Amino acid sequence: MFERMMVPVDLAHIETLKPALQAASDLAAHYSCEVHYVSVTATVPGSVARTPEEYQQKLEAFARQQGESHGQPVKARAITSPDPIADLDDVLTQAIDDIGADLVVMATHLPAHLDAVMPSHGGKIATNTTASVFLIRP
Amino acid sequence: MTNHSQDEKAQENNEGAEGIPAPDGAANLIDTDYVIGQDNITTRKMGVNLDLHGKVFTISSLLIVFFVIITLALQNYVEPMFSGLRSWLTDNLSWFFLSAANVFVVLTIALIFSPLGRVRIGGARATPDFSYAGWFAMLFAAGMGIGLMFYGVSEPLTHFNTSLSGDSWAPLGGAAGDADAAMALSMAATIFHWGLHPWAIYATVALALAVFSFNKGLPLTMRSVFYPILGERVWGWWGHVIDILAVFATLFGLATSLGIGASQAAAGLSYLFDIPNNNITMVFLIIGITAVALLSVVAGVDKGVQRLSQINMVLAFLLLMFVIIVGPTLMIITGFFENLKAYVVNLPALSNPFGREDTNFSGGWTAFYWAWWISWSPFVGMFIARVSRGRSVREFLIAVLLVPSAVSVLWMTSFGSTAIDQLVNGGFEGVKDAALELQLFVMLGQLPLTAITSFIGIILVMVFFITSSDSGSLVIDSITSGGKVDAPKPQRIFWAVIEGVIAIALLLGGGLIALQAAVISTGLPFTLVLLAACYAIVRGLMSEPRG
Repeated sequence: MFERMMVPVDLAHIETLKPALQAASDLAAHYSCEVHYVSVTATVPGSVARTPEEYQQKLEAFARQQGESHGQPVKARAITSPDPIADLDDVLTQAIDDIGADLVVMATHLPAHLDAVMPSHGGKIATNTTASVFLIRP
Repeated sequence: MTNHSQDEKAQENNEGAEGIPAPDGAANLIDTDYVIGQDNITTRKMGVNLDLHGKVFTISSLLIVFFVIITLALQNYVEPMFSGLRSWLTDNLSWFFLSAANVFVVLTIALIFSPLGRVRIGGARATPDFSYAGWFAMLFAAGMGIGLMFYGVSEPLTHFNTSLSGDSWAPLGGAAGDADAAMALSMAATIFHWGLHPWAIYATVALALAVFSFNKGLPLTMRSVFYPILGERVWGWWGHVIDILAVFATLFGLATSLGIGASQAAAGLSYLFDIPNNNITMVFLIIGITAVALLSVVAGVDKGVQRLSQINMVLAFLLLMFVIIVGPTLMIITGFFENLKAYVVNLPALSNPFGREDTNFSGGWTAFYWAWWISWSPFVGMFIARVSRGRSVREFLIAVLLVPSAVSVLWMTSFGSTAIDQLVNGGFEGVKDAALELQLFVMLGQLPLTAITSFIGIILVMVFFITSSDSGSLVIDSITSGGKVDAPKPQRIFWAVIEGVIAIALLLGGGLIALQAAVISTGLPFTLVLLAACYAIVRGLMSEPRG
């Protein structure tokens, strides 16, 4: 049913992504689909990596590790942005197109009043893409 | 400073995820155990995620609250104290400010022509994040847009009047009775204050930060510039103090400008549209500017700051073209070259730090300006650094030093010449007699289509404030979160709001002038920071591959 899955990840917050990563693994195994792990990272040095290339390397290592657990082919892609917090939704929506993903599995937070002012990334991406989006709450 | 050699790095690349690969193409990362964000507090309060540098955020917030309260409570004591401190610095240490600014100009121009100019920010193969148009618009909007609006008419005119009358405030002793010489001198002095020197100050900070962040892998905060001097100690108290000072100067610099700017914009609005010039108008102006700045910081650098800056660039260009075409066109065009010549001829005397006889001018004008530009430099420099990845050092310096200087010359020539022409050839004294914040509008009032041009003028003033406020909030957020640019969004919202709140509090309670004097006084410690940055730039660039 699904051929290519995209899983947005933030290597700085792997712990909070655990449920989403588990769901992604299970779905990947079930549908035998290729899994693309995508990160949006700043061009300036950050806590995970001091250069975008280092981030890409770490993401590749992470993807390989995930691939070993679910046995499906994986790809990793770190996309840089001068302002990742603000550009996240747009960059990820573009990445869904570029990759040609038909399923997106991503973590999101519980609904809160603040969402009216700052909508969740998952919610916004689901509104702006034709791919199926599976939002995993903690 | 210990650097990875290329061989070591190549080896590490083969080892996989553990090694740190070079940035785009070859570059020389600094080897440090410091992990960006290691001193940060990450927590969730009231449904909002936070990621802050514990010491820098806490101390600078407390310091800010302390200064606001003290200023509001003890106005009569604080104002003379800070104003006195500022005057003392610019009077007695004018030689120091003037000498330092000359160092920055010489260094940045030398770098354009040296082989180090070939080094690329972000690594040999890095590509720019922004187009030339977007990049340049942001440099200008953050750097001096608002100043050009307020001083484009008033500064040339002031120097012209003092020079013509041989006043003790005249640059280089003035040219009593000689209108042509007074005109040349006034334009040379104005261009001197808005040309190479201020942009060299910004370029020095920006280049040092860009190199140490994008090429050396250090966090994007002021302290990183000191790495070549302090080594690992920059992650301790030395670094905290530098960063806290940068937050202080940026926040109060923005808040006081916003407060003073709002009173000037209100004066403009009441002159043009008969809107009452009172506290309510001013508070609404600050709230409006802050609200748009909020939308802009939430939209981010690309879709917020960049777009607003570009809109402003277009409006400013239209206004400039209008003044050139409708004003004394020939005088402006020939004036551009004559003023450049006057600038070059008078530059050695104007920039001479020692044995000056026009001490009112060199201390009260030049040193004051230099301290002011320097106190703004952490903010403007850090913002310029952030948007300049992928440019070569030469390209960077041409764009941050030479192009803005040329634009300043054109702007000052157009607005200044038109006002002086109205005075000398038209016998119109209205501009000269008007309050500083109204001079631009009175000048435009003598040209056709006043309603439209003045309206564009007011819009420009407000949008320039918005672009300063939003880029400033991003910078403060990045410093107070230990150099992270991806800290949670509510933090940048917090800083933008605080700026507006402080501006309103000081506007209503008094103390804008006092705190602005305090900010300008931070020009002294930051001059030392900038001199260190000069050393750091050369050290840093020497160890980079030249593409």
